[in-house]
Order: sequence, then structure tokens, then C-alpha cells
Amino acid sequence: MQVGLFIPCYIDQLYPQVGMATVRLLEKLDVTIEYPEEQTCCGQPMANTGLTEETAPLARKFFDIFEKYEYVVCPSGSCTAMVRHHYEEYLANVSGFDELKKKTFELCEFLTDVLKVDKIEGRFPHRVGLHQSCHGLRELRLASSSEVNGPSFNKARRLLESLDEIEFAELSRPDECCGFGGTFAVNEEAVSCMMGLDRIHDHEQAKTEVLTANDMSCLMHLQGLIRRNNKQIRVMHIAEILAGES
Amino acid sequence: MSHATQAAKFVEDQDRAHWHDQALWFVRAKRDRMATSLPEWETLREKASQIKAYTMSHLADLLEQFERNATKLGVQVHWARNAAEHNEIVHNILFRHDVHKVAKSKSMLTEECHLNPYLERHGIEVVDTDLGERIVQLNNEPPSHIVLPAIHRKKEDVGEIFHRYLNTEEGATDPEYLAEAARAHLRDKFMNADAGITGVNFAIAETGGFVVCTNEGNADLGVSLPKLHIACMGIEKLIPRAADLGVFLRLLARSATGQPITTYSSHFHGPREGCELHIVLVDNGRSEILGSDDFRRSLNCIRCGACMNTCPVYRRSGGHSYQTTVPGPIGSILAPARDANAHNSLPYACSLCGSCTDVCPVKIDLHHQLLTWRREIAVRGLVPLSKRFPMRIAGVVFRRPWLYRWLGGLARAIVPWLPRFLVYNRLNAWGRQRELPNFPKKSFRQTFRDRNEQ
Repeated sequence: MQVGLFIPCYIDQLYPQVGMATVRLLEKLDVTIEYPEEQTCCGQPMANTGLTEETAPLARKFFDIFEKYEYVVCPSGSCTAMVRHHYEEYLANVSGFDELKKKTFELCEFLTDVLKVDKIEGRFPHRVGLHQSCHGLRELRLASSSEVNGPSFNKARRLLESLDEIEFAELSRPDECCGFGGTFAVNEEAVSCMMGLDRIHDHEQAKTEVLTANDMSCLMHLQGLIRRNNKQIRVMHIAEILAGES
Repeated sequence: MSHATQAAKFVEDQDRAHWHDQALWFVRAKRDRMATSLPEWETLREKASQIKAYTMSHLADLLEQFERNATKLGVQVHWARNAAEHNEIVHNILFRHDVHKVAKSKSMLTEECHLNPYLERHGIEVVDTDLGERIVQLNNEPPSHIVLPAIHRKKEDVGEIFHRYLNTEEGATDPEYLAEAARAHLRDKFMNADAGITGVNFAIAETGGFVVCTNEGNADLGVSLPKLHIACMGIEKLIPRAADLGVFLRLLARSATGQPITTYSSHFHGPREGCELHIVLVDNGRSEILGSDDFRRSLNCIRCGACMNTCPVYRRSGGHSYQTTVPGPIGSILAPARDANAHNSLPYACSLCGSCTDVCPVKIDLHHQLLTWRREIAVRGLVPLSKRFPMRIAGVVFRRPWLYRWLGGLARAIVPWLPRFLVYNRLNAWGRQRELPNFPKKSFRQTFRDRNEQ
């Protein structure tokens, strides 16, 4: 199975260890990875500012780079949602775009839905607080959201639960937004930080030892607040935990 | 003033902002309990969404059907193109009946049209009879929420307002005592009103009747004694058939406050004997929204306020930070439709978390519409330079992989060596309350390549 690895720009530049954990995790599951080096950013910051002219060439570029792969896998729900749900207006009439949408997956759902992984070998003897990143949750439906009345499921948690000795911190607000929101984090700095601090407080109450999520962007924001306030919570991307980091 | 600036002011009072967040989260949690107690909840939402979609695609015909049937019931139907016409129509009716005192139950439409100040300028006393609305009216401020108008006021604030205007004891905070004082005060207003004005929650094309939902019974009290009842409604409040009503009544209160149904759902089918009933149908920009493929669905809104209660931004910034009659997610879609220039920051007052879309009982895709509004604001050239410029630069960089790689490397080489004051200063909004990530020596692409070359 040949996978084109889609690494978000901020992971490429700031969190190489998260990208490498993704690589190790996929290779452990016998996936052949190619990382096309021409990739930069999916264009979400521009799109979410409303600037279609800035976004269009990046969407086209993404398509040209990743079209040829059997699957495209990305360790971010938000960037995956950008491709699957928000490229429509830039690429609607491009032949092959529908196929690209269908074969682009966030890392955890690629494991559960495509590779049909039930069990990740390994142990993680820590109390984990799982942050539900919004775009993974409400755009990709990687888990059931607390607003919708239906069967309860959670792809990321299912994978984590299969690790030995892992424990979970149960939050009072299981899927409230952390307040990152891309440019929102700086445009609405006051509200953004209050949202983040409230999430951290919830994790403290639930005695979270390791805070994890499918999206490093949420974690970058939360980690920034944790470090400034000298909190004792460790932050890890879910790929790092699943790849066997301790 | 932008939403962000107003929001920052609200957040400054941390205790109050937390209290506000928790008060509204409490309502959201009540709503969740109600929603999960109905196995058919998602079916109801889907059904409501379809009924509204049908209504909007047949609105002109249904409105005429409603007018015909209401007229048959003896109702006098008026059409208002905009807020000014609406206010004029209402005033003319009141003037003809020599009305000096009006008891008004909650109506966001009359707030939208600024009816109160208009009538007051013409020497008519208007008393808002919903308790929350009365509190903010006495305090001379607009409602901060469409269902809970005084949610930003603590009981201490209410005690102070009532002490000032209703002569209650100074420092009184007991809710029961304060509610009793309001009751006595409002009783007097009900008894002496010459006319009652209400909003409309649902108007039924098939019957010509309409329904007003309250928890305090104040709509009934306000229109039962006077011989004149004026009901003001936005044209989107219509539903086709009486049979549709059950779907919406089941969704409304559960979504709004987590009650199975509003305490009072008052049905009006024509005037009482010897009395007059008028309905004012108001457009005020709705036709324009109806004509837009992107935003038409925002007219499905039944004004339950669930999107506000769930919105993590609204809960922490307060309704007044939106500076528009309807705040929160739905308000941030409706307000730019009226004046995109004045409200250009509202579609950005959103982390795009999507909770509003999942909570909405009529399935409006709120967060996607907010995103669409951002594009619309950009097309109209209304994105401020502070938001536009960094993105233009980023666009230039991301289109050129070599430049992206080079700048990334440069930043990772330099930033860790910079003195703290150069990184953390006024220009760095990220760093005001947050640390930047530790910049690694190598990017992922370098690390990955190095590993493969080994």
C-alpha cells in the first residue's frame, strides 16, 4: 500500500517529531510512505480569512502533488477537513478531485477505517486527556459529538484504549473547542486564551497527565498556555503515543 | 468597534466572564438532557429543516395564503417593507385607538426595528413585560441574548436596578423577592395598558392563526385586557400547516432552555369579540437573504438561542460584544446581510468549531455560513489590512516551496537566539499569554530525508 504523506506546514517546521512518529506508526503497520517535498500548506489560513485568490493556487498545487497516490494520510483532522470539505469551490470541476477527496484520510481514521486496525501493540502507563479537535470531530466525524443524539463512538479513543495500562481523564465538557481556531488565536486573542485556559482547567480537574489530540495546532495553543502558566501537564500528539513514545 | 475589542473588555472581568460562560453552559447541558431523552430527536431536526426549506421555496404563496386565511378570521394584515414602515404602521394603529400605554411581550423583531424608542418619541409608553426584557429596559440597555435577554446581569445587578427604579430594598439579591417586586410592578402595567403588542413564534399559512410562546404568560396577560392586539412578525416565521406546529414546538423549548415545552404556547385565531387583532408582516432585508443561495437557510431560524448557549465565543464575550440585535452565531450571519461594512468582524468572531451547526434544531449550517461570509467580506474588499496582509505574504511564501523552506530554516535558526523582548512584545498577539513552541533545529522534511539517507 502506497501512501502520500501530507504533513501540515506547522508540523513540518515546528514539530518534526510528530511527523516522524506518524512515519514510524505507519511503517510499523507495513505502509509504504512517500513524502512529496514540494508540499507546503493546504491553504486553510487563507481560506478561513476569506481570501479565495490566495487559496486557489494552493488547492491546485495540493491536487497536483497528491493526485497520484493510492492514499493520502495526514496527522491532522483540520488539514484533512480542508481537503475533503473545503476544496470544492477551487477544484469542483477538476477530474480526479472526487477520487482525491475519497482517498484522503486523517491518521486515526486511516488506521481504523482503511487498515482496520483493532489493536495497537504497546503500553502507555499514563492518565491521558483526549482533546477532541473540532474539525476532526464535527467535519470528519472522527467521533460522535455531544450535541448530536446518536450512537456514541470515538476512533482516536478506540485506538488509544487498545494500548496496555492506559487510563483516561474524563472531562466535564468532553468536546468544547480549545480556542485555537487558526487566525482566530490572534484575531480574538482574549477569548481564544480564555477558552484554552478553561480547557486546561478541565483537564487539571480530571487529573490529566498527558494531554493529546489529533491536531498539533490545538496542542500548540494549549501547550503555549500550559508553559506560560507553569502547569504540570505534558502534551503529546496522538501519533507519538500510538507510535510507542513514552 | 470590532467584536474582538468588545470581547476583550468583557473577558477582562474574569469572574463575570466565567460566571456568564457557566450560566449558559448550564442551559446547554439542560438542552442536551432533553435532546437525548427523545429517540426521535435527529428525525425531528431533519423534519423541521425540510419544512422550513419548503416554506422558504414557497414563501410568497404561503404568505398570501396566510393573509387570506387570517383576513377570513377577522385579522387585519399589514405588510411592511422595512423597519421604518413597520414602526409607522404600528404607530398609526395605536394613534387611531388613542393608545398611550402599551404592554409588549418579547419580540426580537420589534428590537430589530427599534420600535420602543420610536413609540416613545411619539409619547407612547411601552413596557416590556418579559421579566428579563424589563430588567434591561429599566437599565436602558439592549438585550444580550434572544431568549435570556438579561443573562449578562447577576442577581446583584438586578437588585440594584430594581432598587433604583422599583424602590426595592437596597442590596436585595433574593431572586424570589425581586421576582415578586417585578410581578407587582408588571401587574399594574398590565392592568393599565391600552394595547398589547406581541411577537410571533409561528404563523400558520393553512389556518391564518399564529402561536406565541412564553414562559411567564406575559403575552396572554398583555393582550387579554386591552381591546387592541398587534402582533409583529418577520416573514420567515411562517409554517405551512397546523400539523407542522408540533415539530417546532417540541424542538423550540428543548433547544432554548431544556424544557419539554414552553410554559405557555398561546394560539391566536382572530380577534376576540369587540376587539381588534392586527398582524404586521415585516420583510426588512429578509427577501434579500431569501434570494441568496448561500445564506437562504439562515431564514430557517426559530430564534431558540441554542447556538448562543453552545458558542464558546459567545459564552465568553457576552451578547453586547456583537453590537447587533441578534448576537451569537446566527446574528453574525444575519447582521452582515444588513450591513457588511459595519459588522465585518462578526464572521471572524468564531473559531469555526461547528458546535452551533450540530446544536441547531433546524439544521442551519451556521459555521459554514460564517465561513462563506468571510469570503463575501473579502470579495467586497472589507477585510481589514491587519487580517489581509499577513495572509497575502503567507500566500506568496506557500506558493514557492524553496522560499517556504528557506524562511522556515531561517526562523528556526534565528528565533531561539533572540532576546525575549524581541519575540514577546506588543506586536506578537500570540505571545501575550502564550509561549511560542520550542523551535527545533531541523524541519520534518530534513529529519525524514536524513533518516532515509542513512
